[in-house]
Amino acid sequence: MTGFERRSAAALHDPVRLQNVRRFSERAHDNRTASVGSIDFEALRTEGARLRAEAVADLPALLDRFQRNLEQNGVVVHRAATGADAVAYITGVVLRHGTEVVKGKSMASEEIGLNERLQAAGVDVTETDLGEFIVQTAGEAPEHIIIPAIHKSRAAVRALLEPLAGEPIGDDPADLTAFARAHLRERFLRAPVGITGVNFGVAETGTLVLVENEGNGRMCSGLPRVHIAIMGMERLVATMADLATLLPLLIRSGTGQKITSYVSLVGGPRRGDEADGPEEVHLVILDNGRSRVRETAYRSVLHCIRCGACQNVCPVYRQVGGTAYGWVYGGPIGAVLTPLLHPQDGLDELGQASSLCAACDDVCPVRIPLHELLLGLRRDRAVTSAGWLERLAFRTWSTAWSRPWLYRLTTRAARHVNIRGQAPAMHVPLLKRWARTRDVRVKR
Amino acid sequence: MPAMIGLFPTCLGDAVHPQVVRDAERVLRAAGVETAPIPRATCCGQPAWNSGFAADARRVARQTLRAMAGLDAIVVPSGSCTAMMRLHWRHLFHGDRDQALAERTSSRVFELSQYLVDEVGAEALGTPLGRTVTYHDSCHMLRELRLAEQPRKLLRAVADLRELPRGDRCCGFGGTFSVRYPDVATAMADDKLASAAASGAETVVSADPGCIMHVEGRAARIGADVRVVHLASILAEAL
Repeated sequence: MTGFERRSAAALHDPVRLQNVRRFSERAHDNRTASVGSIDFEALRTEGARLRAEAVADLPALLDRFQRNLEQNGVVVHRAATGADAVAYITGVVLRHGTEVVKGKSMASEEIGLNERLQAAGVDVTETDLGEFIVQTAGEAPEHIIIPAIHKSRAAVRALLEPLAGEPIGDDPADLTAFARAHLRERFLRAPVGITGVNFGVAETGTLVLVENEGNGRMCSGLPRVHIAIMGMERLVATMADLATLLPLLIRSGTGQKITSYVSLVGGPRRGDEADGPEEVHLVILDNGRSRVRETAYRSVLHCIRCGACQNVCPVYRQVGGTAYGWVYGGPIGAVLTPLLHPQDGLDELGQASSLCAACDDVCPVRIPLHELLLGLRRDRAVTSAGWLERLAFRTWSTAWSRPWLYRLTTRAARHVNIRGQAPAMHVPLLKRWARTRDVRVKR
Repeated sequence: MPAMIGLFPTCLGDAVHPQVVRDAERVLRAAGVETAPIPRATCCGQPAWNSGFAADARRVARQTLRAMAGLDAIVVPSGSCTAMMRLHWRHLFHGDRDQALAERTSSRVFELSQYLVDEVGAEALGTPLGRTVTYHDSCHMLRELRLAEQPRKLLRAVADLRELPRGDRCCGFGGTFSVRYPDVATAMADDKLASAAASGAETVVSADPGCIMHVEGRAARIGADVRVVHLASILAEAL
């Protein structure tokens, strides 16, 4: 059994989880569908695709401009080549100010295992996005890029939060949310450091853009004395005008809203005459393999703006959820991104973890040709890490089926193989992988 | 000189659904199109291409490509194989000695309903069967070839067509995917069968033998009360 097979089997055998992932990804997809009908979304996608391609093509120069403007605004910029580098920098900044951190959603921080490493350094980190708070309390990883607790039922959330409350809460979402809100509020007021992700960086102004619905990101970036933002190096747009195209693409694709409840534009630390805001703002720009990917045929995967739409429409993600993909990102984007960013982790099978249905291509707000990239990964794997048995199988197949008489012989013979129930096909390699759950009805 | 039109049976047509190929031939004849078999053609190469084994895919596809030389049109009772030949052969034979032949041939390959509706203009074949059917869009036919209306037009002429809820969602076949990850593929087929039951139709029609083999095979295993048939077969039945 491969890793993906093992992890997806575990997911498939959890009916509550299966039901929740199916229901909520479907709902998110339907919300997206409803919201893109009211505007010329296809034109917007084309424009978004162009802007992302230009930004990634021009990335080194754009990053320099971005950094200059950030520094002019008083932001301390650290470019981290690796996850370890980013963790070391962030840990250093945090420990200079205290040992408590409130944190907003950030997939980049998941990539580098930031929470575990900060905790190992004696820092108390609290996730403040409700979904992230739930999965952190459960000791799990986010199951979806923008809906981290997509797999959790109300009852499960209640079971997680009641021990923290020390009293019954019930499973009304309003009560559960009210508890989380009160619980987190104390921490917002106490923590000296807030860490957030970044949805977009605007190069021409040195602005950090945070998109969210709960206000926790604004709290994390505005309330503590120190704000540390962490951003994947490719999440840049050139201008504010470009942002005006990409924001609706992100939001409508992600949640189906016209705009989220909060869109924060962080311009830097508090200035002399301002009443609030952090005294220090740090931005960690994370490479972690991105420069390498940028030089390959897979560059377009860096156009991704992390909306989660490909996960919501994916018929495979729908069955197995995000953690089955073995790393941080699930669904089609994870199947492409993971083998590229983490080639050393034996996760290159993920290119296979798709039926190549191409539904993801049709929803991607920036038109990343995901299924073409998946095919590319399969071709890479065929020449690098595919096992000898698989190579031999395809070699044998192509030897036989490039000869009409052998093709005829084998297909005519196959007409006599009806499968009804598991035996006796269960004794034939490969055929048994079909026959365990499915018959074959020959229409002779 | 009359046009030479080949009927490409596909490997699943040859190995599992030969009846579908005969049905396609009958339906085409009823539309005034005489087709001929393509004696030396084998498979389009898709199983290896989709698994990343491009050289093996090319080896098999070359045999089929050359066997098709000289034909004016090739009709295929499979959206997926059509997409392979119409769209992917260009990449498969890019820079190859058969590149020109592949490009010429690609544009002559038509999926069955595409050929009937778009090329022949035969939108209504057969008489109403008085049955309720629903249509499953196969992924490659819908999202690579963008063929959605053609099969529906043909179906409306012979049956009461109801839309399948989430009819555009993959059934889980995916070629080798179905044996690489059988449990995930099976869960996807179960999703499809649940949609079919919700549609209220007694018959699910598809234009792809792969989807049919998968969904029908799962339905048979769990005893689901639904027929899964190829578009060619239901059209032939209505002739």
